[in-house]
Amino acid sequence: MSETKFEPKIIAFLCNWCTYAGADLAGTGRKEYQANVRIIKLPCTGGIDPLFLIKAFERGADGILVSGCHPGDCHYNSGNYHARRRWNVFRPLLEFCGINPDRIQFSWISAAEGGKWVETINGIVDAVRELGPFESYQKLNTIGPEVSVSGGATAASSETG
Amino acid sequence: MIEELRKKAEELLKNDTVKVVFGYGEGSVPERTRPVFITKPEDVNKLTWNKYCVYNLTTYLKRQETRKLGKPALILKGCDARTIIVLLKECQIKREDVYIIGVTCDGVGDPLAEKCKACDVHTPLIYDDLVGEKRENKEVPFEERYAELDEYEKLGEKEKWEFWQKQFEKCIKCYACSNICPLCFCDRCIVEKNQPQWIDPSAHARGNLSWNVTRAYHLAGRCINCEECQRVCPVDIPLNLLNKKLAKEAERSFNYRPGYNIDDELAMSTYKEDDEQEFFK
Ligand code: SF4
Ligand code: SF4
Ligand code: SF4
Repeated sequence: MSETKFEPKIIAFLCNWCTYAGADLAGTGRKEYQANVRIIKLPCTGGIDPLFLIKAFERGADGILVSGCHPGDCHYNSGNYHARRRWNVFRPLLEFCGINPDRIQFSWISAAEGGKWVETINGIVDAVRELGPFESYQKLNTIGPEVSVSGGATAASSETG
Repeated sequence: MIEELRKKAEELLKNDTVKVVFGYGEGSVPERTRPVFITKPEDVNKLTWNKYCVYNLTTYLKRQETRKLGKPALILKGCDARTIIVLLKECQIKREDVYIIGVTCDGVGDPLAEKCKACDVHTPLIYDDLVGEKRENKEVPFEERYAELDEYEKLGEKEKWEFWQKQFEKCIKCYACSNICPLCFCDRCIVEKNQPQWIDPSAHARGNLSWNVTRAYHLAGRCINCEECQRVCPVDIPLNLLNKKLAKEAERSFNYRPGYNIDDELAMSTYKEDDEQEFFK
């Protein structure tokens, strides 16, 4: 595994109504972007618990994108405003604990912004590739020093998939 | 002041205004006090007051054992009384369910507790009766209030990570921090939920990071900085730093400090259309 070039794993938590549709538009428009992103679709950014992010890192993410509707465009009127408050405090907390903020990025991408989706993904993939694998997190031991989620059998098999 | 407290407690119990008084009693050594729950007027002499009265007695508002005793009067310092304002806003108590005996306070702990150095509630902001001479509440400037954080915020990314890993590594998941916190009142804490298991329950590095970050975050915009969680942590994790960091961010971003004004909206259950968002792309 060590000889192969590092390809960051990016988990994107997207709202169903805007960014997911934006990503879809990028697809139907046959736009190319780096294939490092795994999308998790949720009804609204307002429903993204910060624990989702922690869990993603625990399970081997190198970077995370949270993206939803632009302010004022939320399908549920105010979900993204509430989410924004949350990230306003959560992001500095993680930074305070020594997590590089470039590993967790936030954006507003509408259903019409296929191009912005492409740019955003390429941007985060490049930034995280620069940072390298998030080993300090992935190697946090659970039962023994050699056991880590990303280095274990599950991650190896998902790598081939 | 002690006499005044006892008289007040006796009167409240005698005329049946309250069923119990949550206060401080003498501890086993002079440098300690202990929480006492006085239910009979003849027991009020057990009450005391001194600089070792560090506990935030509002934590007993969430406990079944003490709730069962009936309507309480609580002896509260200014910082502790801020908890009441948050609990009222969060619909955990009704104003008429508690009687507040506010005490004016010049500081507790020996050495003086960190919170007392920047105290702006020497006279409580909410009370039914006030015991002790009124002090002027002077607000300490923002920078000074969060000065404790400076040396940690200055650290590089790697140093921060290592500092906190060293701290979190010590955590034994005893949950004393959340048990003592008057604002950690969920019947079932997220850490106890196992379908799915969001936070690893065993005390290993990964689960400890998840737990400590989550506990702190759940107090964002709510923690009133009573410093109780840090005091009870058996392995001395500087939880105050995490709490304070969040308080600082909430104040900086939302211009909000919990427990000061009953008319303020709770920071995390409201929003402004022009909330800060420079980090959104
Ligand atoms: S913070 Fe203020 S009210 Fe609280 S113990 Fe210290 S001096 Fe007293
Ligand atoms: S988090 Fe700690 S300092 Fe804040 S209110 Fe709870 S016990 Fe007090
Ligand atoms: S009190 Fe300290 S050791 Fe116990 S769970 Fe909280 S942080 Fe961990």
